[in-house]
Amino acid sequence: MSAVPLDSTFAPIGAGRRRKDKLMRGLLGLGTLVALVPLVLVLYYLLKKGLGAVSWHFLSTDPTGNFLGDPGGIKSAIFGTIEMVALASLISIPIGVGVALYLVEYGKKNKFASAVRYFVDVMTGVPSIVFGLFIYITLILSGNFGSFAGWKGSVALALLMLPIVTRSAEVVLLLVPDHLREAALALGAPRWRVVSRVVLPTALPGLVTGSLLAIARAAGETALLLFTAAIVNGTSLNLGQRMNSLPLQIFTDVGQAQDRLVARAWGAALTLVVLILLLTLIARFVSRRSRLT
Amino acid sequence: MTPQEAKEMTSEPPPTTGEQSEQTESTKQRRFGGDGRSTRRTPTEAGHRVTIDSLNAYYGDQHAVKELSINFEPNKVTALIGPSGCGKSTLVRCINRMHEEIPGARATGKVMVDDTDVYDERVDVVAVRRAIGMVFQKANPFPTMSIYDNVAAGLRLQGTKGARLKERVEQSLHGAGLWDEVKDRLARPGIGLSGGQQQRLCIARALAAEPDVILMDEPCSALDPIATLRIEELVEELKTRYTIVIVTHNMQQAARVADTTAFMLSGELVEHAPTEKMFTNPDDDRTEQYVTGKFG
Repeated sequence: MSAVPLDSTFAPIGAGRRRKDKLMRGLLGLGTLVALVPLVLVLYYLLKKGLGAVSWHFLSTDPTGNFLGDPGGIKSAIFGTIEMVALASLISIPIGVGVALYLVEYGKKNKFASAVRYFVDVMTGVPSIVFGLFIYITLILSGNFGSFAGWKGSVALALLMLPIVTRSAEVVLLLVPDHLREAALALGAPRWRVVSRVVLPTALPGLVTGSLLAIARAAGETALLLFTAAIVNGTSLNLGQRMNSLPLQIFTDVGQAQDRLVARAWGAALTLVVLILLLTLIARFVSRRSRLT
Repeated sequence: MTPQEAKEMTSEPPPTTGEQSEQTESTKQRRFGGDGRSTRRTPTEAGHRVTIDSLNAYYGDQHAVKELSINFEPNKVTALIGPSGCGKSTLVRCINRMHEEIPGARATGKVMVDDTDVYDERVDVVAVRRAIGMVFQKANPFPTMSIYDNVAAGLRLQGTKGARLKERVEQSLHGAGLWDEVKDRLARPGIGLSGGQQQRLCIARALAAEPDVILMDEPCSALDPIATLRIEELVEELKTRYTIVIVTHNMQQAARVADTTAFMLSGELVEHAPTEKMFTNPDDDRTEQYVTGKFG
């Protein structure tokens, strides 16, 4: 080792560079703060305006539709949203994860897989109202399947969720290191078992996150439910009937002249956010528990 | 088949060195055929001979292994040495047909395990990999599984179930010299172990599958000297039961563990001889230059 004079090796960094470092750090911190402002404001207003409206009565009664007297709560909207989103998830998550598995494990870079990938990308960008319109034309106007119904809303929501689930699942599956697949293949596992025993469990937390993203998106969707599931007051447990939903309840209430109806819209919005938050917490908990069993 | 029958079918003597014993179609079928479920055998004490005949391996247009022929003797450790990119890893990956998993990769030629060509079209690739275990450069335990499940995966991934699982897991962990270190924490995650322990866990996992041949692709390159020593002792022990091929960058390691050493250069086999001869008096100049550190 040649002797380097100590003072030149550890010479202090120039004042200009230090100032630049401080400036950049300040700018980035400021940017983060600015980004947080709308988020905090939304939550603040939601809690401020919504909390007052929420009560047991609010959650456990259907909207009455009466102009005078008790306007009722949002029970039918909560049930409708949960039912329709649940069915939409049952349709779209298995298919979406399946498509992603095909793309990552089997299709890889062949032409068909590239085409599928392209169409999934295009579908991600399609506005939700277009899906609603599509279902309206094929399932309602065609006259073969009756009128507005919860399941039609679900199908429309599933169409919306499918590309989101597929895209996020594909990214997550690609993150599963190849050396794990190799390890399993080298043990003499058929490919389907490599996928079911190694790839899927490893990717599970990411798959859950991606699916939640899609569910949250679907739960807040308004436009496509307007002309697939319609708006009603009563609670229905039958997906073959018209169904109320939280976004539509908000949509109708917020345009009303009465303050108490607008307050109901805030309460419904808060309920929707809390529902999604609860779902996220449950899913995180479940996927963490299942990592090691 | 009953355990009794299985025992009978596998208790035939392994082919003796040098001469090819007759093997019937049904035994071929048993070893590599079908869905592999009928291939479960009780492990035999003797290892199996691997004979490679004019093997060529390609990655797309790149010719990685060229007309290579070599024998790996039963119950011996063969080390493959050579500079980076000379085709050592490709060669071992051709033996258990992992080479073809890489997009664009293909191989031609013969790789015989005893008297069965693993590239025979009647042979099921899944069965080949059950008979030929592999340990990779980087320890790769399954991150979602406990220590126990990682070893059991060697069996479960093949579709084996049943009561003997526990026993086999313990056996395999003993075999990999890991039992005493992990017996109290079998339910803990496999990735919580140290690097050397993880690599031995992977060896245990390979042993649980009851292979005939074990391929090791630079198993110690990411380990410290103590962990390396443990693996080398283990290799010494395992060769009483298995045929072992070990790829290594470390010539001292080859000298320590291998009975014979093969030197490869640019996809060709330069020389294959008893290890002592390779390191003291090789026939080929290039071997001498490589082992004395003149290049590579």
